[in-house]
Formats: sequence, C-alpha cells, structure tokens
Amino acid sequence: MAINEFTYSRIPAEAEALRAEVRQFLAQTLTDYPPALRAQSWMGFDAGFSKALGAKGWLGMALPKEYGGTQAGFFARYVISEELLAAGAPVSAHWIADRQSGPLINKFGTHAQRDRYLPAICRGESYFCIGMSEPGSGSDLASIRSTAVRDGEGWRVNGQKVWTTNAHHSHYMIALLRTGDKQTARHEGMSQFIVDLRLPGITVRPIRDLAGGEHFNEVFFDDVYLADDALIGSEGKGWEQVTAELAFERSGPERFLSSMALIKTMIDAIGTQPDALQAAEIGRLTARLATLRNMSLAVTAQLAEGAHPAWAASCVKDLGNAFEQEIPELAQRLLDIEPRQRGGSDHAQVLAYLTQMAPSFSLRGGTREILRGIIARGLGLR
Amino acid sequence: MRELFGSTIERLLADGSDSETVLASEGGVWSAALWEAIEDSGFTLAAAPESLGGADAGWADLYVIARAAGRHAVPLPLAEALLGNWLLGRCGLEPQSTGLSFAASAQLSLTAGRVSGVVRDVPWGRHVQSVVAVADTKGVGPSLVVLARERAQAVEQSLNVAGEPRDALFFTDATVVDSAPLPNGLSSEVLQIGGALIRSAQIAGALSRLLDMTSEYASQRNQFGKPIGAFQAIQQQLAVFAEQTAAANSAAEAAFVQSDRALNWFAIAVAKVCAADAATQGANIAHAVHGAIGFTQEYALQLYTRRLWAWRGEFGCATRWSQQIGAQVCAVGGEGFWPLLTQDCLSGASA
Repeated sequence: MAINEFTYSRIPAEAEALRAEVRQFLAQTLTDYPPALRAQSWMGFDAGFSKALGAKGWLGMALPKEYGGTQAGFFARYVISEELLAAGAPVSAHWIADRQSGPLINKFGTHAQRDRYLPAICRGESYFCIGMSEPGSGSDLASIRSTAVRDGEGWRVNGQKVWTTNAHHSHYMIALLRTGDKQTARHEGMSQFIVDLRLPGITVRPIRDLAGGEHFNEVFFDDVYLADDALIGSEGKGWEQVTAELAFERSGPERFLSSMALIKTMIDAIGTQPDALQAAEIGRLTARLATLRNMSLAVTAQLAEGAHPAWAASCVKDLGNAFEQEIPELAQRLLDIEPRQRGGSDHAQVLAYLTQMAPSFSLRGGTREILRGIIARGLGLR
Repeated sequence: MRELFGSTIERLLADGSDSETVLASEGGVWSAALWEAIEDSGFTLAAAPESLGGADAGWADLYVIARAAGRHAVPLPLAEALLGNWLLGRCGLEPQSTGLSFAASAQLSLTAGRVSGVVRDVPWGRHVQSVVAVADTKGVGPSLVVLARERAQAVEQSLNVAGEPRDALFFTDATVVDSAPLPNGLSSEVLQIGGALIRSAQIAGALSRLLDMTSEYASQRNQFGKPIGAFQAIQQQLAVFAEQTAAANSAAEAAFVQSDRALNWFAIAVAKVCAADAATQGANIAHAVHGAIGFTQEYALQLYTRRLWAWRGEFGCATRWSQQIGAQVCAVGGEGFWPLLTQDCLSGASA
C-alpha cells in the first residue's frame, strides 16, 4: 500500500471532449424523466436506453474494436459513466456487463468467447449479473458451496446464489463456483463460468427490498448442464480472477454518486440564500465529492495501465459509500422537509427513496468491514 | 523537477528536522543551522523566476516541498518562504533570500513608500527578516509590500497550539523594503488562499507521517498476547485513518497541480476542507491507537498531532472554506452543481 497510489490524474482532453456531447444527449433523451426515477441511479432499468447508448458508441469503450468496442479507453468510459450517473440515467441494464463482465471476458476469455459475448455487450443488448454471494457465503466469499463438476465434455452445476442484482433482467451470469476439492487451500478450487440464464434447471426469483423494489434475486441451479466453453479463464483460478475484477467494481463513480439526485433537490430546496449551516454543509459535501472524484480518477489511471489497485479501490469505495449514505441524513439535518413515498415535492420523494436505499450502499459490492480489512492488510496489519 | 525536489528535501529534512530540533524550536530557539541548510539548498527561492535567481518552479513541483515541511514538522517558515517568493515573482519584485514569511491578515496603508498599520498571525514573525503582505494604497488599489521586521514598532508575540510563532507586527510610517501594485488577476485575498494551499500540503505530509508511526506502533505493541494491530477494532480504525490520509494527500496534490501557474480557488478550498477534516480524524485515531505513551511530551507523536490541530484552522478553518464553497454552489442551484464540480473552477473566485 502507498498513499501515492492516488497520484493526481487529469482526464485527457480527448476524453473530456465527450462530456458536452453526452450532456446534450442526456438533456434530450431524459427531458421528462422525473427526479424520483433519477434517484434510482444505476438501479434504473431501461433496455431501450442502453441500446441507444450502444448505438452512440458509449458502451464497451475500454474493449477492442474487433469485438465491437471503441477502444476509446478508461478515461473516456469514465466521463460517460459519471455523466450518466450524475444525470440519474437508467443504466442498470448494461451496467455490470459494461463495467466488469466485458473487461473480464476480454482479459480472461478465449478468442471465441470474446467473439460470442462482447459485440452484444457493446451494442447494449446483452446483460450480465454477478453470481458471487450464496445463502451461507456473504462477506466470506471463499466459503461458497455451489459446485460445477466435470460431466463428459461439460460441467454439471448445482447450488444457489443470492442477492444477485438484476438476475431477473440478465441474459448471463458470471458465476463463481467450486470446481475443486474443499480440502485444498481456502482460495483454491474455485472457477468462473458464464452461465446462460435461459438454460434448463435455472430458477430466478426476485427478492423484494425494504422499499418494495425488485433489484436483487435468488438464483437456483438444479443439475444445470454447461458446455465446456462456459468456463471463463483458468480452472481453479476463480479467486484471482474475481479479485482482479473487484478493482473495477469498487473504484468507479457509482460508489459515491448514488445520492446525486438528492444532492440536487436538496440544493434547490435550500435555495440561493443558504443559512450558515446549510452553506457549510453543502460546501463540505462538495469538497468531499471533488476529492472522491480525484481519488477515483487516480485509480482509473492505474487500471488503464494494467495495474491491480485493490487497496486504493477499497479506499474509494469505503469513503464513497460513507459519503453517499450521509446525504439523506444531511438532508434531514439541513431542511425541515419530511420524506414522502407518495405525494409531496420531488425532494420529499427522492429523500424517501434514498433514505431507504442508503443502507445497501455499504453492503453491495463488499461491506464496509471487509473493505477496511483489505485496507488494514495493505497497512501490514494482517 | 518534482522527483529531484522530493528526494533532496527528504534527505535534508530527515537529517535536520529531528524531534530535538522541533522541540527546541517550541522553546523559542530559531533553528539556524537547519534554516541555513535549507537556504543553501535553494528551496526558499524555488518559486522565484530564474531571472531573479530562482528555479521558476510551479506549484505542481513545489507540492513535495510543502508536503515534506509537514512530514518533518519543520520548525521554520519553509512553506511560507515558497509562497512569499512566488508572490514576489508574480509582482515582478526581487525574491528574499533570507528569512521570509507572509501575513494573510493585514490592515496596512501604503503612502509614498511608507506603511502604517498591523499584520497579524505572521508565521515565525519574530524571527524572520521580512514579511510579505497586501497593503491598501489610496486610490490605487492593493499593493504587495515587503516589510522589514526590524522596522516594526512593536511585535506582539503569539503561539499556535503547536508552539509555532504567529505574531502581530505593528508599523508606523515605516519605509517598505519593496512594493508593487498587485497585478490583474491576483485577488487581495491571495495570501489567505496561498496560505490555505501550503497548509493543506503540510497537513497531508504530517498525516502520512502519523499513519506510518501509528501502523508501526500497532504492529509492535503487544497486549493480550498479540500485537494490538491484530485486533479488528484497531484495524478498522487504522483503515479509516489511511482513507483520510489518502483523501488529504489527493486533495492537496490536486490543489497544487491545478494551481501550477495560477492559484485555483476551488481546488484550494476543497483541499483545505478535506485536509482539515482528515487532520481531525487522523489525530484522533493516532492518539487512540497509541494509548498513554502518545500523550507524553517525550514521544514524537504529539509533534505531529499538535501541528495538525494548529494547521487545520490556519488561513481559514474547514467551516469558513466550506461556507464559501457552499454559497457558490447554492447560487448555481441543483442543475448547476455537477457542471460546476466537473469544471474545477468557480467563477469570479480565482486568485
């Protein structure tokens, strides 16, 4: 670990040049999209919108041209991503495929696998979910029990995944499954598979969240047969592959922009003449957000260079989650406006939604405690 | 230039700015040998134009010097001299090669080369030869003046919480060493803004040092049969400390890089807020992990935590800077917020 993993990195001019175009596109496309829906951030689903982004060349920006990507690079992708999130655009359909499944397939997949999956990801037509957690394995991911066992030319899968975001909308899951002996070392004997969710033996059941939304699911595998080429990367190397993937998952702007819709309605509700407390708190959140963005861009620079900034990514996610979780509390402190599930102002509705969603921010993608454990290891304490 | 600056200043300060030197300075001693070494190395003139004997370094390169000043708790106006000579250069004035500080808080009127009034909170004011400040000139606007400390009618001594001199100097019809009108584009707040810039880097440096000390202590101190760093309760606190240290360093570096040739008000305000908040949390955790030993004068921890407590408030506390940012954000409204954040510059507020 080193603090210098956060070396200041400016967005290159050619990537920055995309910003105006994407803003204009969003202003036109989302004209009547209300704040209460924008508040869903990267949980908002709209397949048509994802296809439109694909048509613009704004998906698969870090993927090679031969597979349908634009090869525009990590910073170009960053500009597009943060503008989508800042606007509260409905990006959930393609989000995980674009963020991590595509890069994972590109990195570990065979030529045939890239050919098969990447072009549709880049068009915004193929959606992925991540099959990691299981009923008995949350933070302790290495304890997963779902198995893939050799069966002739292919694999036979049994077990269950849970809390799988978007499984009910996705075409594929990248599943982490046990392929080896449990007696071996803790982090061995796991492999990743691309599972076509339409295969026989797979059941996907949405789980309603506390606000009544359906974003995550439980997924059952009952003697599911996978062809040999469902294996992605190397057999037994699932843990290393997952770890590499997590730096993409944990350092991006979606780890601190989840409450963006509320920041905007809160500023508008405060108005142009803030009192001393309001001015101080709005200023402080602005400063924190500006710094989180710089830190996230520093990690992006490392990812672009092919490094594995797991430690730095954990810092961004933990700080970012604390920030986005605090926004609804801040809104309660600065304004005497009650949250409203129905009725009330835009601000009251956005506040109601994000107050309820906030606990998930530091659970999804790795809990606060797990991230801090990773950071402590980087400090030489574990 | 940055790498060369970084390695040279680290070497110089690692030898010269040890705990005894810092403690002696708190007792009122001017660390003459260290100051001489710093001056000989040319660092105090680094920001001055080459034509005037400096290295014409921009803030992006100067960052490592200001950060090192914090990392080693340098008991001398090293960072202050960087800012003072940078500003003299911007105003076309000769750099000051001997002890130089500046005053962000000044009520001075300048008439025909003579100045009257007071400058307050001058870092190391009682020790330096000259002080840079902004004075009012009737009908002309603000001017930069170089004041000779020996021409002060009175010096009112004051110490910050770390025992660093922050003095008031009173002048009555005193001849200035040098003066020039502030050029267009430099606000009369330039020294307050620049002061916040250098303090943010010093805080980042001190936090990095404290994090190293605290992590090391946690892996050496044994209780209940194992290093305290093996307990999750300690690990989780140190992780937060590391995050805050990273945030302060990131914010400070961004401010320096974005201010390379002209101070960037927004980036500096952001850096001061983030560094000050990180200082509060970092000092708190460093003491919690060290236990009673960290509370002693003998143990070096306090040299850094007390400086964090001092520096976080100097040249504007976090709340003051936050309020200024917040007022501008509220003025542009919800839809203006993101464009403002991504352009990294607030209108009408550059220095």
